[in-house]
Amino acid sequence: MWKLIARSLLHRPVTMKGPEALPESLDLKARQKLGRSLAIRQVDAGSCNGCELEINALNNPYYDLERFGLKFVASPRHADVLLVTGPVTRNMAEALQRTYAATPDPKWVVAVGDCAFDGGLFKEGYAVSGGVGAVVPVDLHIRGCPPDPVALLQGLLALLERLG
Amino acid sequence: MTQGTTEAMIQDLPAFLARLAPARPDHRPWPRHDLDRAGWQALLDRLASSDWSLLGLWGESEAVHLALRDDAAIAVASLSCPERRYPAVSIHRPSAIRLERAARDLFGLEAEGAADKRPWLDHGRWPTSRAGAAEPYPFLAAEATGAILHQIPVGPVHAGIIEPGHFRFHVNGETVVRLEERLGYVHKGIESLMAGRAPLEAARLAGRLSGDSTVAHGLAFARAMEAALDIAAPVRAQWLRALMAELERLANHFGDIGAICNDATFPLLLAQFSLLREQVLRAAKDCFGHRLMMDCVLPGGTAVDLDAAGAARLGELARGLGPRLAALAHVYETKPSLLDRTVLTGIVKPELVHRFGAGGFVGRASGRGQDARRNPGYPPYDELDFAVPVLMEGDVNARLQIRLQEAFESLKLIEQILSRLPEGPIACELPRRSGEGIALVEGFRGEIMTWLSLDAEGRITRCHPRDPSWFQWPLLEAAIEGNIVADFPLCNKSFNGSYSGQDL
Ligand code: SF4
Repeated sequence: MWKLIARSLLHRPVTMKGPEALPESLDLKARQKLGRSLAIRQVDAGSCNGCELEINALNNPYYDLERFGLKFVASPRHADVLLVTGPVTRNMAEALQRTYAATPDPKWVVAVGDCAFDGGLFKEGYAVSGGVGAVVPVDLHIRGCPPDPVALLQGLLALLERLG
Repeated sequence: MTQGTTEAMIQDLPAFLARLAPARPDHRPWPRHDLDRAGWQALLDRLASSDWSLLGLWGESEAVHLALRDDAAIAVASLSCPERRYPAVSIHRPSAIRLERAARDLFGLEAEGAADKRPWLDHGRWPTSRAGAAEPYPFLAAEATGAILHQIPVGPVHAGIIEPGHFRFHVNGETVVRLEERLGYVHKGIESLMAGRAPLEAARLAGRLSGDSTVAHGLAFARAMEAALDIAAPVRAQWLRALMAELERLANHFGDIGAICNDATFPLLLAQFSLLREQVLRAAKDCFGHRLMMDCVLPGGTAVDLDAAGAARLGELARGLGPRLAALAHVYETKPSLLDRTVLTGIVKPELVHRFGAGGFVGRASGRGQDARRNPGYPPYDELDFAVPVLMEGDVNARLQIRLQEAFESLKLIEQILSRLPEGPIACELPRRSGEGIALVEGFRGEIMTWLSLDAEGRITRCHPRDPSWFQWPLLEAAIEGNIVADFPLCNKSFNGSYSGQDL
């Protein structure tokens, strides 16, 4: 383990540069609006779990989301942003509404993935509500199936720009 | 004992079913028998005394199907039930309980004599919901002599970035007396969406049953489709599919091992394993155009080919990952504080794994060495050299060790595939005709069974993909019993059941 740590200290970090202008603009806008940080609560409202895999990847050392002041939190009560995936199954619609209600104002909703956009491949089914917008107001859509971590970062930046 | 019964006892599964009814001519590659009620009952009686394991149970509007395995032999038994009732299988195979409940929710089929008649996927919120499904869900009660129990409800929205489901704990102080799962929250109606679709459209849905297993589910669907049409994908496509499947296995095992260590409060290994995972995903993107390789496996072949540069890239990846994996495995194995959390935690007994026919790392960590790549086997694995690790301990540590060893095997497989990848086309035309097919494929989580039937135009009439999670989720309930609540995340991660895969 010490060898591993020593090697990590001696080598350049693997962390990528953020998408263009992400760190600076985020710093400024986030500071103005949100005091340097943005707390994100992820809600899976019926995804296939593909979107979760890529959202999780934001925490790996390549993307290292937290260096931007963006951070996943465990409760909607601690969150500024709900990051919602899935077509919103009817079985999850109430849980999503309740999570939204439990999030303090001001709050924003980001719908992640093609099925969160409008139900995607599942939209004709009896079991889905047809996208996040059908259940709670959406501030931003990040498309893709699933969107990759860079697209997710860019999307979150776009949201912050709009807030700024 | 009369001679007749002795004879019945020694018969294997195919012979037993063949005596009850002839096999249908258009079902491939393993036989399907249309039984009458007496035949179905005879089969159930025989299940009571045999060790045939359940592979799947699924409904249609007026029929129920049961897939079984006896060592290497696989067969499907069907019962037409226009009155929508059939004698329950769950009496003899507890792994059928949730499948029967799902068949009732989706097709209104009553399992006569079933122990558990509560709804499962139907939460009373669909336009098609059955009467009573919207009632408050009756969780089972728990008792412990002389103790006052309290309940902890968790979910469906969980604290981490994971899928939704509800866990109801009954606890005595710190100790879990009983866990009961309630799933179905991410039910998207995938089976009904598949019906009536052309093969390539339905394949996109199959690739989204469980995003982490998109290759494996895509492959099971493709192989079932090819069996139904009585065709085979070109040889190069079969090898490319195996290459993708092993990359998917690696990426998921890396992700799981890191996440388990993190839940045992050792984030260094989470960071290190997530690096390895990311490298696999990036290589997949460079070589196949998609990080998770969604829609890369299609009925009839693959959607993408691998060029020389891609092959070189993957070869380098596999050679580079081996020593790094070994170094990380060494860190894990030499940290007493970490092993203290994983060893002897969340034990699943071998008997239970056999009773539920659970596969994957859950089964193999508890002595059940079933691997669909070996048995029944499918190309190209019959030409490749790999080991199937099996342990007996059944604890979190064993499930992690199985993943570690399988990751090494996958690296070996990737190198073998790359060095022997045959030339040729990567896809073939699909004829339009009717048929029925079944396939068994080993995903990272375990064995996926997909069954489908086609109409004369080659469109899906019914498709049932059975995710390995169906037989693993119930064992998590057993694994946590007697453990402390704080170890639940660790146990849960060591299972990593798919919610989406079982909720359909
Ligand atoms: S957008 Fe695609 S990857 Fe994301 S949940 Fe939907 S189907 Fe899965």
